[in-house]
Amino acid sequence: MVSIPVRPIVSSLVRHKAGVFILACQVALTLAIVANVIFIITQRVALILQPSGIDEANIIIVDNHWVGPLTLEEAHARTDADLAALRSLPGVVDAYADYSIPIAGPWANLTGLSLEPEQKSPTSLADPYFADEHATAAYGLRLIKGRNFQTSEVVMGSTDEVPKVGSIIITEDLSRRLFPAGEALGKTVFMSNHPRTIVGIVADVKVPEKGTSNYAYKAVFLPVRLADVAGDPYIVRTQPGAAEQVRKSLTDILYKTSRLRILDRQDGVQHFRTLRTKAFATDRGLVILLTAASIILLLATAAGIIGITTLWVDGRRRALGMRRALGARRRDILAYILAENFFIVLLGICCGSIIALTANISLMHYLALKSLPPTYITLTSLFVLVLGQCAALPPARRAARVPPAEAMRIVPS
Amino acid sequence: MFSYYVGLGIRSLLNQRLITIWMILLIALGVAGTVSTFSLLRAVSSNAFAAKAHRLFTPQIDNHGPDYVKTYGIDPVLTLRDVEALRARDSAHLQAAIYQISLSLVPIDTTIDALEANGYAVTLDYFQMLDVPFRFGSAWSKAADKDGSNEVVIGSELNQKVFRGANSVGQEIRLDGHTYRIAGVLAPWNPLPRFYAYYRNAFDRHAPQLFLPFRQALNLRIPTAGGSYGESFPIWDMRSEISFISYWVELPDSAAAARYRNYLHAYADEQRADGRFQWPANVALRDQEDWLNYQHVVPPEARISFVVALGLLVVCAVNTIGLLLARFMRRSSDIGVRRALGGSRSAILFQYLTEAAVIGLAGGLLGAVLTVCFVSSLGLVFPVDVARLAHATLPTLLQAPIIAVCMVLLAAAYPILRACRIEPGWQLKSS
Repeated sequence: MVSIPVRPIVSSLVRHKAGVFILACQVALTLAIVANVIFIITQRVALILQPSGIDEANIIIVDNHWVGPLTLEEAHARTDADLAALRSLPGVVDAYADYSIPIAGPWANLTGLSLEPEQKSPTSLADPYFADEHATAAYGLRLIKGRNFQTSEVVMGSTDEVPKVGSIIITEDLSRRLFPAGEALGKTVFMSNHPRTIVGIVADVKVPEKGTSNYAYKAVFLPVRLADVAGDPYIVRTQPGAAEQVRKSLTDILYKTSRLRILDRQDGVQHFRTLRTKAFATDRGLVILLTAASIILLLATAAGIIGITTLWVDGRRRALGMRRALGARRRDILAYILAENFFIVLLGICCGSIIALTANISLMHYLALKSLPPTYITLTSLFVLVLGQCAALPPARRAARVPPAEAMRIVPS
Repeated sequence: MFSYYVGLGIRSLLNQRLITIWMILLIALGVAGTVSTFSLLRAVSSNAFAAKAHRLFTPQIDNHGPDYVKTYGIDPVLTLRDVEALRARDSAHLQAAIYQISLSLVPIDTTIDALEANGYAVTLDYFQMLDVPFRFGSAWSKAADKDGSNEVVIGSELNQKVFRGANSVGQEIRLDGHTYRIAGVLAPWNPLPRFYAYYRNAFDRHAPQLFLPFRQALNLRIPTAGGSYGESFPIWDMRSEISFISYWVELPDSAAAARYRNYLHAYADEQRADGRFQWPANVALRDQEDWLNYQHVVPPEARISFVVALGLLVVCAVNTIGLLLARFMRRSSDIGVRRALGGSRSAILFQYLTEAAVIGLAGGLLGAVLTVCFVSSLGLVFPVDVARLAHATLPTLLQAPIIAVCMVLLAAAYPILRACRIEPGWQLKSS
């Protein structure tokens, strides 16, 4: 059994004011920064890892633009020709054209869904995909309930005039928001005051915006073939493993179908994964940067603890030897030094928690932060405490090795 | 005498190699992180239009009602009908109505693929308001501005691509099937942030290459290539409630801005009286600097990394205090002996100051090298558009050793004070 002599520790710490202050200060600052940084990292990692809900590995996106001017009918006809060519390719499962793509954007087009006509504020916001009967297969979406669109349901439209179609397919997340208690399938909801019937519910798919807002998975599929006269991106899904081969051949095939298009020969056709990586480039970069900074900070603090504790140990060799001579065991000395470190780090943690919260609140607006949950401080504190003990261990061992004979020596080594 | 201190300092640094290397490395990292993230932050915070920041204003009008505003906020752009109304009534100031366009250009040389010409449909005042530099020719005429004409202004890159850099004024180009005559060619020009590009990246490295008369673009019903807000008639319809036009006015002083704000409020109120708005007038007028903040043009990532780097530097400083204290106190017997042999306090002071300065300088120089590495690899962390703005210029690199030396000297103050206080007698007595 090792008893921790609290009073002698406190009085010895009071004697070493400067060292204690420096160590506690360093621990406090480290805790304040690392807790906030881990909070930011967690959010960004959640953003980077958010599932898109689509068959990512096998999807290729074609960034096609038409050489204008085209009428809407011409744009539809050309898009149809392209899609037919794409679907007939070996290795291609299905393809369709839309205005925007999950996570990769570029456009968001939030609309309100209401349960009643003329409802003052919508029951839920949702982001529409302008789909046809090929959309679910082209994204590889799992239909949970109901049915896919039928060919006869799909109408032609443009961004300027979205036809008021009767049926929609919604994501599971949206169905839960609209009908928390009951069955969503077959129900009628209102979009821009027009009634629409929910004919199908698909597994959650991400909206074009990359954020993690509360409408991140509230997507609604409309049976509208939306041709932009300037051209829309094509979503092409391939057989597993065929994606790279299909991607390489697509540019030439499309240029053979028609030369009156703008399709970058380098970056015009890309894997969805590439677009996804690009969309999160900044977030990933920030995570790397902040992780590196945290590791350096923690290492610096550990080094500081080792340095100063070693100094203290060396300065007290005589006293330590005397304690050993008076009957203290090695483990008593070890426990003593570790306990000393524990109190210092604890002091640092107390100050650090306050600094962490203050920094979070005062920089919240400037850095676009969210408020720091106490859990992050608690967990980081525990980690810093363990780190402090580990860092104090080598000097503590050195202290424990001081022989009792040291008490007799006059010359300080 | 000084060289003696340097020699002593270096010898003692070499004696405790591991701690010294660690200290220098940490200082270098802290300084390099701070300097490089600061150079990035300064680059994205700089404003090419700073001279006019408090004279350029953009109005906002709530044309969708309180429910919409509660969910999405007030639109950052205006509808065609509001822009036309504001332009018609208030002709005294420079007014630029701007919307983004993207047209296909088919070069006469058929071996070249069609390409996309990106730019803006603008009113004539745009060129004067933003001091746009012309290489050849000039902007279109006042008449063209009023009624629209097939005159265009192209950027230098497009001129390079299509006309190989020659004076192309008067030449024709085909965009989206229409023939246009080139009225002017710009000199290379891409001032950032592009504050009027409300949806696209404000730091777009590709300069706009095409400018069409605003009126002509609407006559030809050219759609916007930027964002638009709301559902209504097509954008070129005067009844449309779709906002898509970035509208800027130049006002000479704050009194004029106050007048304009009142006028804007009166306009929205009038629209309410006419039955168009069923809600009280809700308008805003922001100057260019306010606007950049309001639109969060400075990426939060740039700020976060700078603040964290600065925090790292502070921890480095505290750490340096601790390590120097440990190092100097460990040698307290040396100091005692030196003092006993007649070394003065100032001799001790100078030796340790030199030692600290050497550490700071070494850390700072290594920091400068690291800054070059960090700045050149910012592209791995930030989007190219943003990362390319930071440069490791000589003044930036000089910051590293200056900050490092100052920091270490400051951090060394307390440890040195302690070292100087060591009495010769005490140390001798115990031996």
